[in-house]
Amino acid sequence: MKKYTMALSAGLMALSPLAAVADSDDPIVIPIHNWSSQIVMSNVVGQIFEQMGLNVEYVTTDSQAVYESVRLGDVTLELEVWEGAFGASFRAALEKGGIVDVGDHNAVTREDWWYPMWTKDACPGLPSWEALNDCAALFATAETGDKGRYLDGPVDWLKHGKERVEALNMNFEVINAGSAAALWAEIGSAEADKRPIVVFNWTPNFAEAVWPGEFVEFPVWVDGCDKDPAVGPNPNALYDCGNPANGYLKKAAWEGMEAKWPDAYAVLERISFTNPQIAAMAKLVDVDELEPNEAAEVWLEENQAVWSGWLNG
Amino acid sequence: MADLTTNSASSVVLMTRIKAGYGLIVFAIGLTLLQYAGALPTWLHRLPDAAVPPFADWLNAIFNFVKDDLGLLTLTRFLTEGLEVLLDTTANLLFGKRRWPNLGPIPWSAIAATAAVVGYYLGGWRIAALAGGTFVWTALIGQWDIAMQTMSVLVVAAPLAFAIGLGLGILAWKSPGFDAVLRPILSVLQTLPFFTYLLPAVIFFKVGPTAGAVATIVYAIPPMILMTTLGLQKVSPEIVEAGKMSGCTRWQMLRHVYIPAARTEILVGVNQVIMLCLAMVVLTAFIGMPGLGAKLLAMMGSFKIGRSFEIGVTIVLLAVTLDRMSKAWVVKLPEHFERGTSFWVRHRFLLLALAAFVGFTLIAQVVPILSEVGRKQSWSQGKEIDNLIKGFLAIEAVQAVTGSIRYVLNIWVLNPFREFLLSIPMPAFVMLIAGAAVLIAGRREAWLAAAFFGLVALTGWWDRSIITLYSVLSAVFIAILLGVPIGVIAARKEKRAKAVLLVCDTAQTFPSFIYLIPAIMLFGITATSVVMSILIFSMVPLVRYTIEGLRNVPAEMTEAAEMSGATRMQKLVNVQLPLALPTMAVGFNQAIMFAFFMVIIAAFIGTQDLGQELQRTLAGTDLGKNFVLGICVTLMALTFDMVIMKWAEEKKRRLGLG
Repeated sequence: MKKYTMALSAGLMALSPLAAVADSDDPIVIPIHNWSSQIVMSNVVGQIFEQMGLNVEYVTTDSQAVYESVRLGDVTLELEVWEGAFGASFRAALEKGGIVDVGDHNAVTREDWWYPMWTKDACPGLPSWEALNDCAALFATAETGDKGRYLDGPVDWLKHGKERVEALNMNFEVINAGSAAALWAEIGSAEADKRPIVVFNWTPNFAEAVWPGEFVEFPVWVDGCDKDPAVGPNPNALYDCGNPANGYLKKAAWEGMEAKWPDAYAVLERISFTNPQIAAMAKLVDVDELEPNEAAEVWLEENQAVWSGWLNG
Repeated sequence: MADLTTNSASSVVLMTRIKAGYGLIVFAIGLTLLQYAGALPTWLHRLPDAAVPPFADWLNAIFNFVKDDLGLLTLTRFLTEGLEVLLDTTANLLFGKRRWPNLGPIPWSAIAATAAVVGYYLGGWRIAALAGGTFVWTALIGQWDIAMQTMSVLVVAAPLAFAIGLGLGILAWKSPGFDAVLRPILSVLQTLPFFTYLLPAVIFFKVGPTAGAVATIVYAIPPMILMTTLGLQKVSPEIVEAGKMSGCTRWQMLRHVYIPAARTEILVGVNQVIMLCLAMVVLTAFIGMPGLGAKLLAMMGSFKIGRSFEIGVTIVLLAVTLDRMSKAWVVKLPEHFERGTSFWVRHRFLLLALAAFVGFTLIAQVVPILSEVGRKQSWSQGKEIDNLIKGFLAIEAVQAVTGSIRYVLNIWVLNPFREFLLSIPMPAFVMLIAGAAVLIAGRREAWLAAAFFGLVALTGWWDRSIITLYSVLSAVFIAILLGVPIGVIAARKEKRAKAVLLVCDTAQTFPSFIYLIPAIMLFGITATSVVMSILIFSMVPLVRYTIEGLRNVPAEMTEAAEMSGATRMQKLVNVQLPLALPTMAVGFNQAIMFAFFMVIIAAFIGTQDLGQELQRTLAGTDLGKNFVLGICVTLMALTFDMVIMKWAEEKKRRLGLG
């Protein structure tokens, strides 16, 4: 703890003569959502800012509504903008103005049909989607009859599971969960008797550490698969490809941040987490059961080499 | 037996009512049969989209006008700043947020000790142990900071709700005109789904604790108003006379005569305010309220059932503590001392509390564990509870039982019932409701019921409303099958009744979100899970009011039955249950209201009803749609409320109980 504080102050000493305008004393407001990696990452960045002598405050917000708050300046920045999940809200806010794109993390995001490893024992042909379709009966439940059940994310995540089943003529019925928690509960209940299950999931995510698993390999994503029926294996249907396997993970900020906290903004621009780093942060909370602020301290201590580079540019 | 009072004139009215009721129902059945035969034009089955007025757009236009052109937003943002100062102060004192007055955080041991002294003052050792124990548990389990984040908002919201409620209650008591306007608004507020409070709170009062506080206040005010008005109306004329004779001014009358005389009702209102504030702890987390609720949602998002369960226990303990303390306050009569009693004796509890507070604050400076319990010192058993639950689910017998319940309920009961309700043409459904309302309540209720359901149809959310209603009806039906027998058995012995009522209290304050996860793990993402999670919640009032109703049957009646040689069963069926029925109806009504509340939460399991749409609006800014959806729920809930309450009143009157 002491060690990294000293290192941080040393880094700052080096930085301070360069800073022409001092950052404002007003707190930088960092939003917290309801998944671990984002919470820890926010705490890590918050603690870096605090060591720079800035004031930081955390607020809990909805992960979609936050872009509106950033735009208005109620919230200063957002550290995890997922292409798949929040791309639409982020772009909408960009168009309205007030929010800026502060660049990408060195990480890819992916979201698609996914199964926990024990499923593969029952259906060895996986991860190919054709093999999955041949095993459809394994995934049947009382309500779906002899069709397999695919558990999609909440309807408002707009993941087009139904369309894909139709486009690829799969023997599956799509059921929508009402929340992420509902998805985990189903996986958890399937784990008890190692029942085969296929659900919507994404990476980076805590679930990888708890339940090892794989994504189903659908026909590779081609641009236009969601707009032009001719693209993809089925010439008459949309959504006949898997989702892009390398979506972006961005940082966003309120447009007034650069003027108000120039040093913090410069650091934010340089901040870039990788997939393994994000998974490690989530693991500290989800598996090791640390509190987010403690997890952030541990992470900072263990990864000095990573973040000292962000400080000095 | 009490129908003897009916005279011939009212029996004619009754006859036409019955005729009208059955006529409507027969007509509705005819329409439905036509639909099945395929002879009904589609525009009679469902309102065509073109005929649906764009309520949401109109409402949005109105909201925008009020918000921007009339400057409401400027006003509320101004109020937000004031509220923020209050919240920042309590936040600094309770968990050390860096704000004025920069004194906090108060050590946990000081708060626990003070709570114990206050508990002792109000209700003796038992409440002292409960109050002190709750805070000690919170600290040891490692939740002190988040619990204080919650409390920092509640200690602002509850007094504000109390003050506003008291003020409006006094106004409503003074002016019958104001009362007439206020009452329908209160009924709507009490049935409006909480998601509908949340979005305006965010838009007008900024995401975060301020919006959380405002939503909590709005949610907690109605019972305070109602209890204040009720209490003031009940003040006996003799007391008022005495006040007037001693020459009180109007203000003195209010301050020294009316309010002290209505003390009991007002304090019951305070108790209600506290309980409703705690009920909002988890729900306000959706709009950025920090604390226990936010932590609970984060825990559920990463599938940590054990930890979320512990947070649930903390919330229940806090609720039970505050509930018991405020109830003890209701019962406790003001103390009067003999003239000449020293200051120290008169204020001994205040001084003791102060001493405990200062003492522990000072000691905590030297003994750090009394000021803060770190995570590694905490006693959290989250992982162990998780393993326990997983172990339970892995038991073969459990899986077999839940599997068959799920199969029978889903395939044979719930899904066919839903399909049936959806197959009824919209006009036939409205007629069925109106027909039932005529038969059960009366003409006025029938017209209103038809108007309410007609409005629901006009909003264009008919199918989703019917699915919502279907979940509510299925759950309440099963709740009656289970809850009434439990109530009957519990009411036989005083001790058993007390134990069951305690379970009811706990089930009611335990955050309903936590039920969802076990429900899904047992029954999958299906209609059965939805119904089960509503069931737990709506069984509580049924059990409670059944016990209440049976206990309050006049002793003469049961004695008379015993003397005429009735068996226990005969006594129950012929004497006790009929007399308890009006009270049980109130419980039934509450069960339906609770079910309408919970069905919205059940959207997190996965439903296709209004709750799902409401949940979706929360992430956006579409206030109009949010409001229309909320009103659909309210209209349906109000219909049931109106019809059942009218029936219960009528029955009570005829039984000579009211």
